[in-house]
Parts: sequence; structure tokens; C-alpha cells
Amino acid sequence: MSHDEVIKVEGLTKMFGDFAAVNAISFEVKKGEIFGFLGANGAGKTTAMKMLIGISHPSSGRATVAGFDVYTQAEDIKKNIGYMSQKFALYDDLTVKENINFFGGIYGLTRKRIKEKSEALIQELGLENVANQLVGALPLGWKQKLSFSVSLFHDPKIVFLDEPTGGVDPITRRQFWEMIYKAAHQGTTIFVTTHYMDEAEYCDRVSIMVNGKIEALDTPKKLKEQFQAESMNDVFLKLARG
Amino acid sequence: MGISVTNISKSYKNAKALQDISFEVKPNELFGIIGPDGAGKTTLFRILTTLLFPDQGTATVAGFDVVKDYKKIRNSVGYMPGKFSLYHDLTVEENLNFFATIFGTTIEENYNLIKDIYIQIEPFKDRRAGKLSGGMKQKLALSCALIHKPKVLFLDEPTTGVDPVSRKEFWEMLKRLQQKGITILVSTPYMDEAALCDRVALIQDGKILQIDTPEAIVKHYPTSLYNVRSTNMYQLITSLKTYEHHHSVYPFGEFVHYTDTRSDFNPEDLKVYLESKTLSDIQIERTEATIEDSFMELST
Repeated sequence: MSHDEVIKVEGLTKMFGDFAAVNAISFEVKKGEIFGFLGANGAGKTTAMKMLIGISHPSSGRATVAGFDVYTQAEDIKKNIGYMSQKFALYDDLTVKENINFFGGIYGLTRKRIKEKSEALIQELGLENVANQLVGALPLGWKQKLSFSVSLFHDPKIVFLDEPTGGVDPITRRQFWEMIYKAAHQGTTIFVTTHYMDEAEYCDRVSIMVNGKIEALDTPKKLKEQFQAESMNDVFLKLARG
Repeated sequence: MGISVTNISKSYKNAKALQDISFEVKPNELFGIIGPDGAGKTTLFRILTTLLFPDQGTATVAGFDVVKDYKKIRNSVGYMPGKFSLYHDLTVEENLNFFATIFGTTIEENYNLIKDIYIQIEPFKDRRAGKLSGGMKQKLALSCALIHKPKVLFLDEPTTGVDPVSRKEFWEMLKRLQQKGITILVSTPYMDEAALCDRVALIQDGKILQIDTPEAIVKHYPTSLYNVRSTNMYQLITSLKTYEHHHSVYPFGEFVHYTDTRSDFNPEDLKVYLESKTLSDIQIERTEATIEDSFMELST
């Protein structure tokens, strides 16, 4: 694993009127790292993430993602990242294959490349029998796994996952994390938000946002030592409750 | 005055949402329905709150039949659906007043019951419900579900998507409501919340896997469970999965939870195997099962 930083953030701020939704946050994420981005509802996670994926303009501060500047190179950022959230993942009224073709096309892959990769992907996920079925008819867990694979389809340097496992059964949730480990192992950087604190323990490093600021950032092990807590859940409760 | 469910089934076209479900909730019990999305939780809640007919089976709530006595049930239960279902363009106070009036009561009459919860959103009582934050919506919805002093309270996934701090506060509220004599049926996809219930039913694919106290469920975990740790998580998981004697391998926080097919399993053998896979800093130790371990064992 090389140690080049694929995300660099310095003093990044987003104001809504007088309100600092994101208040001068700074951090770096390394290649192949699984970086957990935690915080209570309303702490500013989503706003911060939107700036990093190039769909919201910062009020001040600096950030580069995959080597591109969030102010001037937002389009390049979008081409070099993957994104998946529970709210927006795949089109329910397209089939599995159509979804893959659609997203492959959006990310500018050639037809030939899409065809090759889509066959490999369908096989890897064991979706051969449902490849021509509408995605809406698939169980949630399958959808989420497919959605994650689609977000990796164009070999992005970084993939942003916004609460990817909400409501998913515990076995599928773990299969999902195994896919995350595999992607990270192959050098993809993972930037993930979650409300499952056991998942925070799966991350290489974790940041915790409170009221727009990053109040803690370290490995789960060191955070537990620092806050004299048994688990990440305890760390979170201590920090976010003040 | 609890809940009694006998052999309830419900299908939508070809999808079997509930298959022969039976359970009892005792009066004043805090009973959890624990399962992932698509398990049938919402269908069950809709049947018990008389919004949906079962295909088969019977159920009573607070002593009333869900089909014959549906009007009586509607007067004696509170229901907080998973999706925020209050009026977005009414203010906080107008919503509460509306629900009180519908049930022939007033905010003042039962204020005592909701005081703890409502007091936290009262400073925003003139704000439209649609403009509230997630946590405030949740508190308003709970206040509205309680304003007619129900005997039984139904909460369908009240904590989904809610951060751990707000979840903890919500469960503390539920405990206080239970102390006021209300029977509570609550569903959740978060397995760790099972421990906060008196008894739980674990549910998946429309079937109940087990019903018991959370303590008894983990006590009955059928095999010895081990925490395994090493420096490289991904390599550890793949190595354990290719070990010929593995029964289950699940990442669990900083560890992998491992069970073996052999009754005379010796952790030293596994350690030797893992070392042969070039893993280092290997730790293997016995651990207690959690509800989530039990759920996964039962559902495979």
C-alpha cells in the first residue's frame, strides 16, 4: 500500500447564512484506506460529503479529491469517484443488466468494456438468473451489493458510501463489508458513513463530527483508549453527548 | 390487555409477507420484533392496527379482535408508522391538537403522559412539521401517537436511520412509557436494541425464528463462539472461509466471530493454519454470543 493521500481537506467550511454546517474541518485519507465518517444526525456529514464529491461549493477552505480541486475541477472528481447511498442506488424499473449498462455509459466506458465487465460482475454476484429482471423485484440485500459493484464499475480511485447498509439483514451486511475489504485490498479508497457502530470498528480510521467540527480522528483502537471506552458505541456516546 | 397473534399469514401476489405467525405480548410488556427490511414487520403492524386484513389467522389487541372490533382497537392503540405520517403543513401544536380532537380528548387532559417528550419540541410549537429535523419529527410523532392515552403502543422502526445518541434517548423514553402502564410493540432492524426489550421475536422472510427474552436467546446459542483477530482483516476472513472445518465466519467489530464444525475444536490448530497463511499477531479466544450471532445462526 502506498501512502499518497487521495483526499486532502484543510479548513473546509460550508455556511448556510450565519450557520456553519461544516466548520473548518481538516483531514487526509490515504490510498486503500477504509475511512469511517461518523456523526450524529445533523452534525454536518452529508454537507461535507457533498462538497467532497463535487456537488456543493465550499464557503471557504481547501480540498482535493483524487488529486482534483473541489472548486475548479468538480467534473474531474465525479469521473474519478464512485458513490452509493441507501436513498439513491439503482433504478428500480430497469433490469439488472440495463442498470449496469446505464451506469457504465454514464461513466464513459466503451460498449465492449461494459459488456465484458457486466458479464463478470453478474457472475461474481451470482445474479445470472435475475439479470433480466427489474431491480425493484430484488431483495434489498442483493440490490445493495449490486449497487456497490456498480459504484466500482469504472474503477474509481475512491468510493463514497453514505449509510450503505441501513436495514440490511446481518448476514448480507457482513457480505457487504467483505466486498468493501476486498475493494480496499485492491487499492480503492473507501469513505463510508454508518450508524452501525460495530461497522465503525471495521474502518482503518474513524472521524467523528459534532456540530460541524471533527472532534475526534484516529484508529478505532486509539479512539477507544483515548476515551477510555469499551466500544466505538461508547466513544460515540461520550463525544456526541458532550 | 396485551396482544395475541394466532397463525397469521399474509401474501401479496406471490410474495409471502407473513407465514403462520403466532406470539403473545403480555400486558405492560416491552416486546421487540427484530428483523431486517422485508422480513414482514410492517405488514404485521398494519394487521394489528387494523389497517390490513390477514389472509389467515386471528389476532387480538387489548382484548379486541382485529377484524370484528377494529373500531375499538383504533380507539385504544397508538401507532407510529415507520414513515413520517403527520401533516407537514400543520404546525407542531396543530398536529398534536388535531390528533387529540380526533380521539375526543385535549392536549391538557393527557399532557402528563407526553410531557417528557413534548417539552423538548415545545419551543418549536409554531413551526410546521415538515420543517422539523428528523429527531424532532420523531418526538412529535410519538407525542401524537400517545395523546389519547392508548393501552397499546405500536412503533414501527422508530429508530431506523437515527444516530446512536438519539436512539439511546428514544429507548429511555420507551422505558418511561412502559412504567406508565403502556404495552409496547416495537420493531427494529438494529439487533443491539433487542437487549433493551423484555422479550423479542426474531423475524426473517415472514417467519419467526425464535421468541424469548434476549438473555435466553443468546444463552441458547448452539455452539462455541470464538473471537479471532489478526493484523490483516481481509486476509483473515478469506483464510478462515477456506479453512475446511469452518462453520461460520462473520466480521464483528475488531474481531471475526468464528465457529467450527468439530466438537473437539482446538484453537491451537486454527492458529497453526492461519500462521501457514502468513497471518501474524493471531489471537483466538472464546466469546459470548450476541443477539446478532443468534439471528445469523438461526437464519442460515
